[in-house]
Amino acid sequence: MEYLNLFVKSIFIDNMIFALFLGMCSYLAVSKTVKTAVGLGAAVTFVLLVTLPVNYLLDKYVLQPNALVEGVDLSYLSFIVFIAVIAAIVQIVEMVVEKFFPALYGSLGIFLPLIAVNCAILGGSLFMQQKEFENVGFAAVYALGSGLGWLFAIACIAAIREKLAYSNIPAPLKGLGITFIATGLMAIAFLSFSGIQL
Amino acid sequence: MAAEKKPGVFTGPLWTNNPVVVQVLGICSALAVTTQMKPALVMGISLTCVLAFANVIISLLRNTIPNRIRIIVQLVVVAALVILVNQILKAYAFEVSKQLSVYVGLIITNCILMGRLEAFALGNKPWPALLDGLGNGLGYAIILFVVATFREFFGSGTLFGIDVIARFVNESGYDGYQNCGIFVMPTSALILLGCIIWYLRSKNPELQDK
Repeated sequence: MEYLNLFVKSIFIDNMIFALFLGMCSYLAVSKTVKTAVGLGAAVTFVLLVTLPVNYLLDKYVLQPNALVEGVDLSYLSFIVFIAVIAAIVQIVEMVVEKFFPALYGSLGIFLPLIAVNCAILGGSLFMQQKEFENVGFAAVYALGSGLGWLFAIACIAAIREKLAYSNIPAPLKGLGITFIATGLMAIAFLSFSGIQL
Repeated sequence: MAAEKKPGVFTGPLWTNNPVVVQVLGICSALAVTTQMKPALVMGISLTCVLAFANVIISLLRNTIPNRIRIIVQLVVVAALVILVNQILKAYAFEVSKQLSVYVGLIITNCILMGRLEAFALGNKPWPALLDGLGNGLGYAIILFVVATFREFFGSGTLFGIDVIARFVNESGYDGYQNCGIFVMPTSALILLGCIIWYLRSKNPELQDK
């Protein structure tokens, strides 16, 4: 039950885009068509799902105070360790996908290297560290939920932008401006989910 | 980029080529830390420092970094600088560093950094790189400051934590004033930034999308 609660919470209430503003850059840049948006969303979900448990274990057994050696606090290294893990995993995932799933690589390929510097991934790791989950299962559920929430948000805005292309918007507001305002309105809608407890 | 004139390197990013509202980089943290003015100011200063130093370091190393691993080198330099900033904030401004929480760490993946390092520092001498770093950092800080001013004034009725509206209202003897709660929500940051872009693009028609 706690897993389900965390899952729903990380999709709807702590949505990475509407509540935490993570991964906004690629959210704005790659949301012109639904197809590419969903591709990027799937790639982000996948990388989150792989990196968060790894970072969780590293944090718990290496970085936290007294975890590795009694009396040694390595937590100040967490930024550099997390980003190194993310960069390495993205590289490995890219190679594996290219070798074994060429079709998937064809659709995700261009996005994968970009994900290393997507703030949603590092942000996921840092929020996970802050939330102090009990075990690695929670970290994986959190990763899946946040990734799907991100996918959901970028797919929605891409669909809206496809329609917006045909509407009559004041010239200075076209493109970026209206995307921000539409995202803001979607964030208001997502506010109605707050307070859900399962 | 290399053809850019020296004076424009510093002043350009402040307004006409602003990293946040024109180049659309570094939106994530720009929105998240702007409920109050103080954290926004600290965040702006932190990012400016990290960006200026990272630009200089990468610019000094630009002839020695192998092209293939440049992203990793950039990430390591930036991550080291951000760790320094984080430790300094924790030591001297603990309250603010609590409010900023993970967003200090997210400076590492801030697109302004990677964007400027890739586009400018790798191809320029240290001095222009320093100016470019300062200019872009301050351009980011200005936008943060503007958004935070609106959000704090209307959302909490304060400026830098000093009660402005409530004091004024109490003196006039009217006690029905309510702060506009939506300005504290994440939503308002998105809409405000959309409006800033709207204003900027109506002033500079060449920035408009087709």
